[in-house]
Amino acid sequence: MFRRFFAQGPTTPVPGRSIALTVGLITTGLVLAACGGTSGGETSTTVDTDGDPVVVRVITHDSFALTESLVTDFEAENNIVLELIAAGDAGEIVNRAVLAAGNPDGDVLFGVDTTLLSRAIDADVFEPYVADAPLRPELVAAGLGVVTPVDDGDVCINLDDAWFADNDVAPPTTLDDLTKPAYADLLVVQNPATSSPGLAFLMATVARFGDDWPTYWQDLRDNGVEVVNGWSEAYQGQFSAGGGSGDRPIVVSYATSPPAEIVYAADPKPTRPSTSVMLDGCYRQIEFAGVLRGTPVAEAAKIVVDWLVSEPVQEDFPLSMFVFPAREGVALPAVFTNFAKRVDAPLEIDPATIAAQRETWVEEWTQIVLR
Amino acid sequence: MDSNRAALKAARPLGLALLPLAAVALLVAAPLWALLTEGLQPASWDTLVAGSTWRVMGYTTAQALVSTALSIGLALPVAFALYRLSIPGRRIWLALITIPFVLPTVVVGLAFRELLPFAGTTWAIIVAHVFFNVGLAVRVIGAVWGQLDGRLGEVAASLGASAFARFRLVTWPLLRPAITAASVLVFMFTFTSFGVVLVVGDPALPTIEVEIYQRAIQRLDLDAAAALAILQLVVVVFTLGLASRLQQRLSVVGVVADVSRREKPRGTGDYLAVSIAVFVAVAVILPIAQLVATSLQVGDSWGLTWYAEAFAPSDNTTRATPVAEALWISSRYAVVATMLALVLGMLAAISVTHLKRGQATLDTIVTLPLGISAVSIGLGLLLLSIGGPLDLRGWWLLVPLGQALVAMPIVVRVVLPVLRSIDPRLRDVAASLGARPIRVWLTVDGPLALRAAAVAGALSAAVSLGEFGATAFLARADTPTVPVQIVRLLSRPGEANLGQAAVLSVILVIVTATVVGVAERARPSKSTGW
Repeated sequence: MFRRFFAQGPTTPVPGRSIALTVGLITTGLVLAACGGTSGGETSTTVDTDGDPVVVRVITHDSFALTESLVTDFEAENNIVLELIAAGDAGEIVNRAVLAAGNPDGDVLFGVDTTLLSRAIDADVFEPYVADAPLRPELVAAGLGVVTPVDDGDVCINLDDAWFADNDVAPPTTLDDLTKPAYADLLVVQNPATSSPGLAFLMATVARFGDDWPTYWQDLRDNGVEVVNGWSEAYQGQFSAGGGSGDRPIVVSYATSPPAEIVYAADPKPTRPSTSVMLDGCYRQIEFAGVLRGTPVAEAAKIVVDWLVSEPVQEDFPLSMFVFPAREGVALPAVFTNFAKRVDAPLEIDPATIAAQRETWVEEWTQIVLR
Repeated sequence: MDSNRAALKAARPLGLALLPLAAVALLVAAPLWALLTEGLQPASWDTLVAGSTWRVMGYTTAQALVSTALSIGLALPVAFALYRLSIPGRRIWLALITIPFVLPTVVVGLAFRELLPFAGTTWAIIVAHVFFNVGLAVRVIGAVWGQLDGRLGEVAASLGASAFARFRLVTWPLLRPAITAASVLVFMFTFTSFGVVLVVGDPALPTIEVEIYQRAIQRLDLDAAAALAILQLVVVVFTLGLASRLQQRLSVVGVVADVSRREKPRGTGDYLAVSIAVFVAVAVILPIAQLVATSLQVGDSWGLTWYAEAFAPSDNTTRATPVAEALWISSRYAVVATMLALVLGMLAAISVTHLKRGQATLDTIVTLPLGISAVSIGLGLLLLSIGGPLDLRGWWLLVPLGQALVAMPIVVRVVLPVLRSIDPRLRDVAASLGARPIRVWLTVDGPLALRAAAVAGALSAAVSLGEFGATAFLARADTPTVPVQIVRLLSRPGEANLGQAAVLSVILVIVTATVVGVAERARPSKSTGW
């Protein structure tokens, strides 16, 4: 209802009678819009393959990517139009979903990860739905029966191999190494308040050092750690490899970043990546998709979630988003099997602890590192 | 006759004054109330006494003070050159230096991010702030300086005073109220600046506005965000109060020449002032030129690739909102916001002119949003939509309402002087001829008010189109406005996103400039407002 009013656009007030008329218009608008604003969420649409296509709005983080033909094929087959809305980093889209819980801006949310899931579940953001597909059981368990796991990856320290070779410095191998003078002014990390890998790396240090993690960060600060807001500013901006013009050879990124270095390299492609992963201090991040509670197109939204874990899409994710598929038995590209590291024992923190402590940790981190 | 008069007074459209006032008060008070109830909780105390809060406040104040000092320092010679000297093309120079004030903040942020080698530092913020505010300062100071009686200086000169002594002993005391007024305005704008700081500032050094936004949206700590917004409001109200007392103490009995006289420049000082004025006017063009350059730069060569991409995105997976759609969304919001701002602002202005008592108080109340800051308005409305009596979350009207509250003080400032200039005897005459109050208003005030409303409406539309602070809190994910889309694009890597952000910026500048240009043409020549 409010959409129709809005689409027509308000009438220009006629001079002379303007006040009364405009007040009348505004009041009508308010009433109309109030009706529209609070309705919705009651109706659930079943997908009709012949009628008008159903529009499903998928809210994603800024890093979402997928091969275009997969999207258009899906739309044609299911009589669904996908609106893929990249609306900020993972933290921001989850927070906005929390603020709008029950009256969402979209129908499906993709990109909520293990560090943020508890916040979304506490705020009752999702209508519980887990796709019926052969997904890795440990990932399904992490979704707590509310959301569907789509992919996972490990946040790890990445190293610019050429820099260490050129400068004749031995690359660091443990988190503790990073506080040593040999690696002073070499590390760039993301702000955990604004970046998902940044938060994951903070979690890694909490998991590793327990109550002593503030001391570790104080040491990192004394050793000249640089902080930027997002992954791209760090990896593509400050990192000395990664295509940027930066001068820091150690960066927080993903265990799957080295294959990306080959895929995105100019032709002729190098046979080996120019970067490597430090296997100590990795933190596992699982990304989930969920149906937003209050969506008027819940059935179509579930079809979209099913599609995200379908075989073709899962096969596409490794090279479009550089993550591991959540689905079992999906063939990985050669560049992944050769160069993407699977960490044996990644650091993890249980969701309940994250839910209780995350804000305090980020606040304390901000005090230690940024002030 | 006397009793007739008394009856007339009683019949003054009380209804017309009170009903809209109640509506305006409700719309201004509701988000403020939401801020206060959320921010004034026992736990807020921890936020207020935290060392980090005071570091942020200190940093915000320091950058605002430096920005203000530099803006005023630069504005003085420019105001002298443009208002005291007769130089060719004066109107053009004046128009040029006023441009930045109506430019959207995120657009200026983007321009300086690309232009300055030291982007991402405090100095980048300060340069952008000076760029924004020097024109405003020139206008406020120049309006007074242009009317000073030049003979005072001549008398002083004939008594042997040097140029510096003449400035210090004659001009300075007379200009001080105007300089104070300009300083307070610039300080308020730079203290509550948001879009520019977010885009061009140092991520590790947030100002209070950025901190409020990050706490609310990135950390979901709404209580602390509201507490900070209240703290910021207190500082702004305190500054305004201090300024108005200072203003009263400093005000000098007007020494105004009947005819403003501008002299031909002579001497090094004059030519230096003229050079500075021309330099500032030309410098204004640089960031805009940079935007155009960024929008045309494709790799190492030039082309229209980003324009084509922006109008018809080829990448269907990320499905960036096409330019046309963002523009359409922004325009619709602007129309509604302008109507709301006009209705609210006009009603408020009319009420203020018709009420006999409490004018000053009302004046303060309706201009308060100017001090509340766009970010606080956005946060207040967001809190209201979540915790208010009705569930208004995601309601599209919140966006234009927020923009209207940001624009409303400007409407009042434009309309009020026009309405006040109407001789009340005209109304009395009309009333004694038997016209009912509403008819009196329509025949006497109406035509003049309509013209002022046209100007105010255009300015409101410009504000709404470029508004980012309130909109950032309220815009729905699926309907981004142009400034929101620009900031989204800037947070993604790669030159394609940067190029499209620049394209959107160029288009937004063109649209805003057209709207404001039309408004300037319609402006009554003797307006004393903005």
